[in-house]
Amino acid sequence: MISQLTIFLENRKGHLASATRAISDAGINMHALYLADTEDFGVARILCDTPERAKEVLVEGGFRAAVTKVIAVELDDEPGSLATLLELCDDEDMNVEYAYCFIADGGKVIDVLKIGGENAESVLAERGYKTLEASSLYAE
Amino acid sequence: MTQYFQPEIETMPREQLRELQLANLKASMKNAYDNVEFYRGSFADAGVGLDDLETLEDLAKFPFITKQDMRDAYPFGLFARKNEDVARIHASSGTTGQATIVGHTATDLKNWGNCFARGIAMVGGSDASTIQVSYGYGLFTGGLGAHAGGEAIGCTVIPTSSGNTKRQIQMMKDLGTDILACTPSYALLIADTAIEMGYDPASEFKISAVICGAEPASENMRQEIADKLGVQYCDVYGLSEIMGPGVAMECAERGGLHIAEDQFYCEIVDPETLEVLPDGQWGELVITTLTRECTPLIRYRTRDVTRIVSEPCACGRTHRKIDRLRGRTDDMLIIRGVNVFPSQIEQVITEFPEIATQYQIILTNDGVLDRVELRVETVPEFPIDEVRKLEDLKSRLASELKSNLQIAVNIKLVEPKSIERSEGKAKRIIDNRN
Repeated sequence: MISQLTIFLENRKGHLASATRAISDAGINMHALYLADTEDFGVARILCDTPERAKEVLVEGGFRAAVTKVIAVELDDEPGSLATLLELCDDEDMNVEYAYCFIADGGKVIDVLKIGGENAESVLAERGYKTLEASSLYAE
Repeated sequence: MTQYFQPEIETMPREQLRELQLANLKASMKNAYDNVEFYRGSFADAGVGLDDLETLEDLAKFPFITKQDMRDAYPFGLFARKNEDVARIHASSGTTGQATIVGHTATDLKNWGNCFARGIAMVGGSDASTIQVSYGYGLFTGGLGAHAGGEAIGCTVIPTSSGNTKRQIQMMKDLGTDILACTPSYALLIADTAIEMGYDPASEFKISAVICGAEPASENMRQEIADKLGVQYCDVYGLSEIMGPGVAMECAERGGLHIAEDQFYCEIVDPETLEVLPDGQWGELVITTLTRECTPLIRYRTRDVTRIVSEPCACGRTHRKIDRLRGRTDDMLIIRGVNVFPSQIEQVITEFPEIATQYQIILTNDGVLDRVELRVETVPEFPIDEVRKLEDLKSRLASELKSNLQIAVNIKLVEPKSIERSEGKAKRIIDNRN
């Protein structure tokens, strides 16, 4: 499992900017950011260095921030690799709450998944998937 | 075994009690009319006279008296007795204006002691009990009211008054206090201080009950006091204009406070239309004193919001109850024609552990239609990363509010810094309606 920084954001002009500025002011580097937005709030999911410290900085600044455990899986960057992974989750009755992907070096993609239940990561590992440790994605 | 202080009155069959109330009401109205200029004027303005009162329900024809009327009558305008018959004077704090003065005859003081003593019996107290009165003594009615109750039932009374908390606790322990009478916030301070001093009052102290009133206390706060001190919590209602603590008190069955109905006639009115509402409906409590000699009050508008609970109580007392106060009419909002109290919204919020206790209500209008936005935050532990859970929380809260308030509320989840924190009274309601 890896740690994702999560920020709850009211939909306000310039608000995402102020959150990311707070992170950068603490000297913390971000590697990926995904936004889920609804009518009146958004949720920013971020992979960054030292996520616990980033969370503390944000909470002190009055933001609602949390560190969430998610699974990172390395896949080949080719058609069907994500579909196959998600079909496996479905077969195993593992409910995917959300997911996002980004391209990595060497023809690989990283899929980040929030899956309900306790043992999703070991199920994926048993089925031959390469799950990543925090150290390979960001500085702890 | 349930024990009563005045069993013949407290368990009087209801029909007989109503007859007693009517007889007392007629006498009280006559006292007011014959001896107080104000009532002669207000009855004449309303076109009613003493002959119009044939049943208890006829009281609804008579005009109200308000806090402002009492201020205007300062100092002696509402006294129905001459100075030689006045035994004591109390006054309200006057924080919101001119102080209001009420006088008591010796009989008034005796009745008051009896009312409070009934509450002492409700918590199992008797002449063998020791009561520690940690309400302030003085113009404020708390200290002397509880003191009179303790004396009436024959308790050993320790008049510590408020303050000097560590000494209070030492006496409580060394003298074996059974009952503590004080404000809920002071009861909690006493409990916390005792624990800080290294005691476990729940197991080490003899205390078995607290009688708390004079300020609002949430259910959580009551539970905390009861748990920390290991006691039965008795809520006492009273106001200096009407008497002081003891107008209504809570028995061990809970579910409301028994009104001393031989002494007071309570009505619940709609704060807008001022029409009398049936038992069970929430509205403003209006009290008429039935036995008071010096300062008879006919239909005093308390501004307190409650309802009358008329179901028989398992404790055997026949006097009806008032429910826990829901707030003040001054706090009432009228939203789309519906009366809403912030405390109702608060009540719903406390049922959601996912929601923090800070909240704000923003009222706007879109043409003729009022819009209500409730701004709340999630507690820090809530999994904010899942939009589905956040949306689900919003919709559950909205539907709970809808079923409690009968109006649609738009829920807005906000960040911690969006709702102003305040040391004193938080600004909960922002009314931007025009």
